Amino acid sequence: MPERMPRPVPGSPFPLLVLLCSFALCAYAGVRLLDGDWPMITLWFVGAALVHDLVLLPLYAAADRALVTVTAGRAAWVNHVRVPAALSGLLLLVWFPLISGRVSQRYAAVTALSADGFAARWLLITAALFGVSAVLFAVRVGRRRPGAG
Amino acid sequence: MARSSLPGRLPRGPFSPDFWRSPLRGTWFTSVLGVVLLAGITILFVTGLVSYAAYNPDLSPVNDRTPGKGILGFYLFSWPTDPPWLYRLTQGVHVTLGLGLVPVLLAKLWSVVPKLFTLPPARSVTHALERISLLLLVGGALFQFVTGILNIQLDYVFPGSFYPLHFYGAWVFFGAFLAHVALKAPAAFRNLRGMRRGEGEEPDQELAAARPGPPTVSRRGALGLVGGGSLLLVATSAGRSFDGPLRHTAVLSPHGGSEPGSGPGAFQVNKTAEYAGIRPDDTTEEAWRLTVTGRTGTVRLSRADLLAMDQHDAALPIACVEGWSTSDQAWRGVRLRDLAALVGHDDPADVYVESLQSRGTWRHAALSAGQVADARSLLALSVNGADLTPDHGHPARVIVPAAPGVLNTKWVARLTFGEL
Repeated sequence: MPERMPRPVPGSPFPLLVLLCSFALCAYAGVRLLDGDWPMITLWFVGAALVHDLVLLPLYAAADRALVTVTAGRAAWVNHVRVPAALSGLLLLVWFPLISGRVSQRYAAVTALSADGFAARWLLITAALFGVSAVLFAVRVGRRRPGAG
Repeated sequence: MARSSLPGRLPRGPFSPDFWRSPLRGTWFTSVLGVVLLAGITILFVTGLVSYAAYNPDLSPVNDRTPGKGILGFYLFSWPTDPPWLYRLTQGVHVTLGLGLVPVLLAKLWSVVPKLFTLPPARSVTHALERISLLLLVGGALFQFVTGILNIQLDYVFPGSFYPLHFYGAWVFFGAFLAHVALKAPAAFRNLRGMRRGEGEEPDQELAAARPGPPTVSRRGALGLVGGGSLLLVATSAGRSFDGPLRHTAVLSPHGGSEPGSGPGAFQVNKTAEYAGIRPDDTTEEAWRLTVTGRTGTVRLSRADLLAMDQHDAALPIACVEGWSTSDQAWRGVRLRDLAALVGHDDPADVYVESLQSRGTWRHAALSAGQVADARSLLALSVNGADLTPDHGHPARVIVPAAPGVLNTKWVARLTFGEL
């Protein structure tokens, strides 16, 4: 049992100097970054890290763990689901504003291009990814069968 | 709750070393991703600074969205006009590479997430400062990627104007990035060299799982997935820097797919005439006049007057800050330097360009004397053999080699030559 609060350890000097130097630059730019709607900008900056670490990452990690649990004992096809799902999810994450249609009106008005079809194309790519993955799985299984028999 | 708060109890949940089971985590996996990001983010930062310089912010307040930049503009230089595809290349690389690095960044963050939950929260003053620095690093990286990716999709939900947010955000992030590289890169390189010589990984309790679960994919397989994600994003985006069939390969990205409309004006448009608030009545032969002001006074020219001047050709692309660009288009019109000479500026002079646009940040812009002096810098009246379409800036627009798209002002109403 600790008998008293441990005295703070300073740590080694090189990292300390590097960090103080870095903070000076961050502060110089940060003051300028926050020169505006600073509560919202701070929220976006810190919130981006928190939402990623405490929402997005746990969500996809839990989905992956669920997949591994469901396919227990049939590890051969875990990756044939995991890979196309991850790639499709990645495209959805990056192009969410266009795929969801939330910027459709502005996009069409600004660019004179059609904003339709992003969701359909994403679904088609997703279908193709799972399709290719399924074919590869079938080929693998087919190749293994004769040897096993 | 009572149990876990008893002194001497092992930490539970994500704070427990047993919580993190993936056998993929370890110094090799993190080092590979870290080295890729070191190279990639350096290129993103440099091309970003280049793009900032391309706007010539020091030339005139109308070009400067960040007047308080202070020493952060230390490197600014007068943006050249050669090679004419310069901005097309640097900004295409900036945006396309940024998209390609998304899966690498996500994988890197995944690989180090157990460190977020280390106990005690700080072992020393330095360690506490390092963790604050990591918040700036992770928050900064995500802030930059998110604002950039939203901006190219015209989803302006971020809190303020894109230019200052992305520019100052980049410097905050880069400050933390420099410290992270100084503190971690030596170990990452040492580790990769050691692995290549077959010495095995440096033991690192915080990265590798204490009790790893059974592997369902190899580390090489996981890196393959990350690389595959990068390739997929690049392959479905890079086409937006080219015309014709290549653009059709950019199936999910803005300005990918087909060209707007048909005929000689069927190439990408940044803002349509309607969106920019151009009233057709103001652009007719009778109504529209170009006002040119300079040393010797003011001249007002109709479109017919301009067509009566020497006409010149220039094959130049349009390249947007959003990362898309067109191939060279065949522009035809009056040289900017001929218009300068018309009002007494036989030597090169800066010019302040104003549009008919009633709204939009870039309804006015300044060009440098060097840009005006280039023989390919035109006040274009036609493109690809036909009159400009309304969306491409009819009655007249500026086109300057290597300049960012928005500096090529459309629907020009007034040119003011001389000191800005």
